[in-house]
Amino acid sequence: MNVLHFVNAFFGDGSHWHGYDGIPARLAEHLRYSLIALALAAAIGLPVGLLTGHYGRGGNTLALIATAGRALPSFGLLVLMFILLGFGLVPVMIPLVVLAVPPILVTTYEAVRSVDPAPVDAARGMGMAESRVLFRVELPVALPLILSGLRSAAIQIVSTATIAAYVSLGGLGRYIVDGLYQRDYEKVVGGATLVAVLALATLALFWAVARWAVSPGVRRSG
Amino acid sequence: MIRIDSVTKRYPDGTVAVDRLSLEIPDRSITVLVGPSGCGKTTTLRMINRMVEPTEGAILLDGADVRQQPVNTLRRSMGYVIQNAGLFQHRTILDNIATVPRLLGWDKRRARARAAELMERVGLDSALAKRYPYQLSGGQQQRVGVARALAADPPVLLMDEPFSAVDPVVRKGLQDELLRIQGELGKTIVFVTHDIDEAIKLGTMVAVLRTGGRLAQYAPPAELLSAPADPFVEDFLGADRGIRRLSFFTSAGLELTSEPVVDVDATAEQIAAAAAAGTPYLLVTDRDGRPLGWSEPGELTAGAVDPDRLLSPGRPFEQGRDSLRAALDGAVLSPTGWAVAVDGTGKVSGVVSQAAVGEAIRAAHAEDRTDAKVAG
Repeated sequence: MNVLHFVNAFFGDGSHWHGYDGIPARLAEHLRYSLIALALAAAIGLPVGLLTGHYGRGGNTLALIATAGRALPSFGLLVLMFILLGFGLVPVMIPLVVLAVPPILVTTYEAVRSVDPAPVDAARGMGMAESRVLFRVELPVALPLILSGLRSAAIQIVSTATIAAYVSLGGLGRYIVDGLYQRDYEKVVGGATLVAVLALATLALFWAVARWAVSPGVRRSG
Repeated sequence: MIRIDSVTKRYPDGTVAVDRLSLEIPDRSITVLVGPSGCGKTTTLRMINRMVEPTEGAILLDGADVRQQPVNTLRRSMGYVIQNAGLFQHRTILDNIATVPRLLGWDKRRARARAAELMERVGLDSALAKRYPYQLSGGQQQRVGVARALAADPPVLLMDEPFSAVDPVVRKGLQDELLRIQGELGKTIVFVTHDIDEAIKLGTMVAVLRTGGRLAQYAPPAELLSAPADPFVEDFLGADRGIRRLSFFTSAGLELTSEPVVDVDATAEQIAAAAAAGTPYLLVTDRDGRPLGWSEPGELTAGAVDPDRLLSPGRPFEQGRDSLRAALDGAVLSPTGWAVAVDGTGKVSGVVSQAAVGEAIRAAHAEDRTDAKVAG
């Protein structure tokens, strides 16, 4: 009995491909949790990171928040939120967002701060408004690093979103949690494989986004 | 005209970068601010487009305080060139140059057409238009920086040590290019440098600033070299200001002699005639009259001149176009102590001895002093 055998058996079983506990449904749930969490984390991390990076202030505070965020165990936070807030999506989203904000925030701040100051000075000297300096000069150059922060946040979310299953929600974690409970290792390995594949797909997606969004002038000189 | 009126810049920690500086910057000329680091030259420049705000005093542009118009309107009306060019690495060369026209609301087509025009103006190959800055050399990037500053045809150009990060050969090319462009466009240029040679070469007027942001002297370069205001300026000009000043005297008045010049096919009689002039060396030219080298008359045999055995002719100067400095340099470099003068086509028009160049220098100085007295 090896892992590949489990994988084969899990994916070969036609009953795993439909119904509310089928792979497409669980995958869709998992994606939904991940996307919501990433969107929330980006909505917090990106603006704060861009602004602090642009004005070059608040770096120490950011580092502190980021360390604190990383030190919080996601699972512990989930249990705490579940106790405080009961069933629902919110107690799951909180640990995922807490997990994802630090990499987004810190890399965005560093990315904007490390932009060569000469073009920024030139842009101001030519009469560009501050917002334009940030979005037209700093952001395009900082983009590769910002995307790498989003990418690591996304991968952490995809793998950690499995904990939703512990509080009776769906997602790919369902297979792992149920499989362990039922001692159905085929299910556990199948679920874990799906999470790994999804993480790799996330990597590929970010690679493609970077190819499309980052200017060739930045890609090759950076 | 830009008038800097008793401007002081004091930072919150008490450092004074610029101290009650007053300057009148004439239109359509290059005014150079030069001085050691910490003399406030860059701060002064940056106060003109309000990248730095003065603590006291005012800067007037055509009589109006620069603080009267919105800051970005002011900046868009002044070209700005900085060290290392500061190009936008994510934009193509063409779009870099089109930046200010785009800010002014021109449509993309018109801005790009204008940018292409500017590329030609600053001597950039149009094949570079679609490239990115990292694909260009430092000198090319700086040309793009100048083109970008000129794109919206601003009357004023502010240049902050634009050529100090490139190697000397490229720098000389960029300086010549700037003078050529200035000859065509006639902008009001304020140019900051720490290099006094660059200041003397480019400046119509040169303001020497001393540490602490005080003006040491404000004068045309020739006057700076002939009459430094104080020991600081004299020291800053360096040891060879006498030689450098010769750049401002024309070589047109030098009396050349063509007696000791023979061509490579000269007959024995011609060589003997040239030797009879009494000069210790004869200059041999090729059949087109271009200098080949010097030889002692006794070493030359008619019909069998070996160009490889001649002494180098040194660096010839073009009479009328080059200065007395070039003539003196030619004489000093020549192994025989004689400088070779050529015309516009490179043909030898005569030779002149070190002594004769020295005589011309004394005469030029004397004339300069009389002029100064008359003017005074």
